[in-house]
Amino acid sequence: MQLREVQKLLKADVIYGEDRLDIEIEFAGGSDLMSDVLAFGKPGILLLTGLSNAQSVRTADIIEARAIVYVRGKKPTEDGIELAKKRGIPVLSTSYMMYMACGILYSHGLPGVSNFQNTDGL
Amino acid sequence: MSSEDGFHQKFKISGGDFSKAGMVSTKVKEILQEIGISPTIVRRAAIATYEAEMNVVMYADIGELTLNITPDIVHFRLEDEGQGIENIEKAMQEGFSTATEEMREMGFGAGMGLPNIKRNADEFKIVSHPGKGTTLDIIFHLNQTI
Repeated sequence: MQLREVQKLLKADVIYGEDRLDIEIEFAGGSDLMSDVLAFGKPGILLLTGLSNAQSVRTADIIEARAIVYVRGKKPTEDGIELAKKRGIPVLSTSYMMYMACGILYSHGLPGVSNFQNTDGL
Repeated sequence: MSSEDGFHQKFKISGGDFSKAGMVSTKVKEILQEIGISPTIVRRAAIATYEAEMNVVMYADIGELTLNITPDIVHFRLEDEGQGIENIEKAMQEGFSTATEEMREMGFGAGMGLPNIKRNADEFKIVSHPGKGTTLDIIFHLNQTI
């Protein structure tokens, strides 16, 4: 699905990347633990997280995430937003909590990172 | 910066400076991309160096990353001065961690760092002297077909 559909389904605010909502999202994964993200993340992942510091953006960049959705209404810190702009990673923020946000996307056909590439992980 | 036998660069890492944590890894990733290293290796190297850099930031006083690239390998050496690791065997177990609450709030300290580095590297060596510091060697082979 397009990032635009993710945004609509999650009623999310676009923090950065308004002009990039047509990018294709093929799978997603959610965690607040960056070491877990580094372990299970695959290039192209949509990362859902409740961790809003700059490390969340840096981790997304390292694993080559396609976009980030912050849950529970969180927004990244200023330095996180700057880094996202610099690295061209769209950033959304939804008021849904992690479980709901993941459930909504999954029930609309967006597979988890482990289903998508048939590897271990979340 | 470069010589006949490859590319070398050193980067300083400040222990305890969470605001800059990850900047060295991002820089290293850009360098590897510019040189034209394969995307798979760039990504694995970025994950390994990021975990290693976070370890220096979280646990050491000061550290240095030395990047050496030859036609055959990419070699990262991370040397730090700090508390070192008492029991490397334990530290290599997934889930084992001595992280503080502050580190966990940063999204780290889940006991996945060293296992993640080992999983991504082609060769991984760790030597630590408790009370003095730790040295990691992380090596990627370039002549592999992936």
